[in-house]
Formats: sequence, C-alpha cells, structure tokens
Amino acid sequence: MAYSEKVVDHFNNPRNVGSMPKEDPNVGTGLVGAPECGDVMKLQMKINPETQVIEEAKFKTFGCGSAIASSSLATEWVKGKTVEEALAIKNTEIVKELALPPVKIHCSVLAEDAIKSAINDWKKKKGIEVRPEDMPSH
Amino acid sequence: MNRVYMDHNATTPVDPAVLDAMLPFLSSDYGNAASIHSFGQKARAAVESARDSVAALLGARPQEIVFTSGGTESDNHAIFGIVGAASGVAHVITTAIEHEAVLNTCQALEKSGVAVTYLPVDSAGLVDPEAVRRALRPETVLITVMHANNELGTIQPLEEIGKIAAQADVYFHTDAVQSVGKIPVHVEQLGVDLLSLSGHKFYAPKGVGALYIRSGTRLRQLLYGGHHQRGFRPGTENVPGIAGLGKAADIARQSLAETASRTETLRNRLERGLIERVPQARVNAAAAPRTPNTANILFPGLEGEALVIALDLKGLACSTGAACSSGAVEPSHVLTAIGLPPEEARASLRFSLGRHTTEADIEFALEVIPAAVAQLRELSPTYRKAGESR
Repeated sequence: MAYSEKVVDHFNNPRNVGSMPKEDPNVGTGLVGAPECGDVMKLQMKINPETQVIEEAKFKTFGCGSAIASSSLATEWVKGKTVEEALAIKNTEIVKELALPPVKIHCSVLAEDAIKSAINDWKKKKGIEVRPEDMPSH
Repeated sequence: MNRVYMDHNATTPVDPAVLDAMLPFLSSDYGNAASIHSFGQKARAAVESARDSVAALLGARPQEIVFTSGGTESDNHAIFGIVGAASGVAHVITTAIEHEAVLNTCQALEKSGVAVTYLPVDSAGLVDPEAVRRALRPETVLITVMHANNELGTIQPLEEIGKIAAQADVYFHTDAVQSVGKIPVHVEQLGVDLLSLSGHKFYAPKGVGALYIRSGTRLRQLLYGGHHQRGFRPGTENVPGIAGLGKAADIARQSLAETASRTETLRNRLERGLIERVPQARVNAAAAPRTPNTANILFPGLEGEALVIALDLKGLACSTGAACSSGAVEPSHVLTAIGLPPEEARASLRFSLGRHTTEADIEFALEVIPAAVAQLRELSPTYRKAGESR
C-alpha cells in the first residue's frame, strides 16, 4: 500500500508526542481503540477554562502509520482552537489532508473520536453538559 | 540510501544467469514452440530442456512436468483438477495455514458442495499426520498440505502424510512454492502425486511456474484451448519464462546445499541478535523445522505495519503477514492458527533472506530494527517495559 508524503512526514516527525497529567482539572484525556484491533490512540488537551481555547495537545498512539499520522495531525489542528471549533473537525477532513486510502479511513474515525472523547472528559471535569451529537461514533 | 531486501519469500530478483538464458527468446528466437519450422523448433528445444531441468530438480520424469503461469494456477489446477475428475460426493483435507491460492480454492469448492476439512496446527505451526489419518473419509479424494509455510517457514511432515495418503489410496498434493530452491524437494521421497512451484520464488521471473503430476494421476484440465503441452495446459508456451525457470532449476540443484547452509547461519545470527537487542522479542515457531531463510519475529507492543514502514524509511524491506480484507487489516490467519492473540499476530514481522544476503546486511538489520522498535514503543500509549507499572 502506498503512503502519501504527508503520512510519511507525520510518521517520521510526529508532532506533539507525549502525555500530560490526567488529574489536572484543565486536561481532558481521550483514549480510544483496542490493541486487538490494531489501534489505540491517547489524545490529551489542556484547555483554558475562561476562553475554552485548547492551549496544548499531546498524543500517544499504538497503530499503523496512518493511525500515527492521523493523531499527530489531530493535535496540530486542535491547538489554538476553541472546544466548539475542535468538536467540528470531521474525519473526512483528516482523510483528505493525509490522502488516506479506503482501508485506512478507520484511522481518521478514531482520531475524530479521540478529539471528542478528550473534550468530553474535560467537560465532565468542568460540569459542562456533553451533547449527544458530540459523543464518539465508536 | 543503503537498501537491504529481506522479503525473498514475497519474491526474488531474477538471477543474471537466468536473465541471460531468457534473453534470446525475447529477441531473435521468438518462435512459437508449437510451430514445426526452425524458429519453432528452437523454442521447442528450450521448453523441453527446461522441462528436463525442472524434473531433475524434483526427482521427477520430464513428462510429469506441466508449465503454468505460477503457483496460483498450479494450485487451482491440482485441486479443481482432482476434484473435477472424481465422481459423486467428494471430500478434501487441507490445513488452516495454507496460502490463499489453496484456501480460497477450497472455499470455492465448498460453495459447489464439496466437503473440506481444515486441519489445525500446533503452536510450532505443524500439522499432525495422525490428524490427517483421522480426517480421512471414504469419499476423500485429495489431501493438500503445503510443504513450507510462507510466513513462518515451517516445514510440514509430508513424508508421513504421503504414506498415509498412499495407504488410503487418496491423491496427495503439496504447494511447494516456498520450499523449492530452499530445501531439497524430491517427489518420491515426499510421496506426493502433485506439486506446485513458482519461478519467481527462486530467482526466475514472475508469471511462470510448474505443476508436477505423477504419471497415471487422473485430473480434469483447468483451461481449454489448443494442443499445447499435450492439450493438458493449452496456451502458447511462455518460452522466455520457461527457459528462465529451467535455468533457475539448474542453479538451485547445483547450489542448494551451500546456499541453504550459508543462509541459515545468517538467519540464526539475525534471530539471536534481535532477541539480545530488542526487549521481549520472540521467534515465532522456533521449535519447528523451518526453511533456512525465514525468520518470523514477534515484537510485543507495536503494530507490525508501522514497523514495516519505519524500517522501509531506514532502507530495510521486510513484511507483515497481514493481508487487507474488507476494509480492515485482519491479523494473519497463519499466526492466528499457531495460537497468537490478534495483538501479537499484528506485532509480528517476517524477514526472509536470499542467496545474495550478506553479513553486512544482517549487521544493518540489527542496527535499524532495535532503534525502530524502541521509537514505536515510545509512541505507544499502552506499551510498558518489563517491570514498569502503569
């Protein structure tokens, strides 16, 4: 299977790799996927409670090249966005940006789910209601 | 960039001597081997000489060799051919770790009402010959068991299965695509009635292979057409490919023992080195007799495809056993059959060495693999070093 230049770039130089303390009241953590299915993504965001702007994003991913690239791209995209803007990111945009082939679309779905699940975790910490439409699809 | 190829079970480069043997038939000697004029006779002589060479490599008689387009056609021809010639209800015995060319052919047979038994293998990837005996039914017409497995290199006990097949008077086919050219393959010793081989797995070009059919074996032909190869496999002979296959068979016959022992030394060095340098690395099916060139290594804590890409970016070509199907990448059916859970099957890589693999190639692999594994494990949210807690 051919990999796009952008996938190779993220794979070779993954952006924002790392972890933040889960207990931090301003950090939302999303952990999606399962090792037996071949992908696990952990996406974390540090969110300013006043402005609701995502100030920092970190990821760790177990999975194929496309899964690593999708989560790396997700951290790049959410940084500087408000939670509402980040919740609007669609997996299809990730597919387009990374030129993912059909067999790798699930990687982009997982990245979208990871974004939603990290933000929802933060919302719960802050006592903000989680809208049903923002629940991860998987 | 230094590029090292360790995927010889996928395909091999064409040997320069093989290419030389082919070239005249791609230019000046372009005759059709079925023509009676001198152009044709030159092509005919090349085809028959190649048939002698392939027969000699297998310990068969030249008239028992049919040239095909490769391993897949040979497997289809053998399996559909035997079952197609049988009258009434038919039953076929095979294994869970066959190549798709056999597995999917058997599944196609099932759809047309043929019963198929898929025998399991043990944790070393071996079939129990007694299980073959127990699976026999009065209506069993064919036993098909691969010689060496493509992913693990495990060599099946064909001699014992061959005796069981002979006692039961059931035809016995083997897919020997991964063993021919790597280990001695002798049809009498193995007791097989049909044997598939593929040229590009042993330094001949892609698109040519052969099927050994023991004299007296009754099978229906797969293709209908002209009278080429006694009408048994119609279609104008692929003369350049066949000439190349013949030359590759000659080379294999002359150099097999020496190549096998050198390759095995290198393979063992690779396996030992990886176990020493990569924490928790394990050799899959290490307990079984294996082809001397194949190493299948489990690297817990990562996803195999990511490692293949990481290594390719560093200049090392290898492969996973994973095959893409229906949108999701499924774990290898072979590794699953030896009892690996899906996450371990997905974390296993195959390194298959070749005739031209050098000590320097092994050193290169031992340098880049541990670094790439560490890098991917570092990226993983779930991997924990031994003794480290969450």
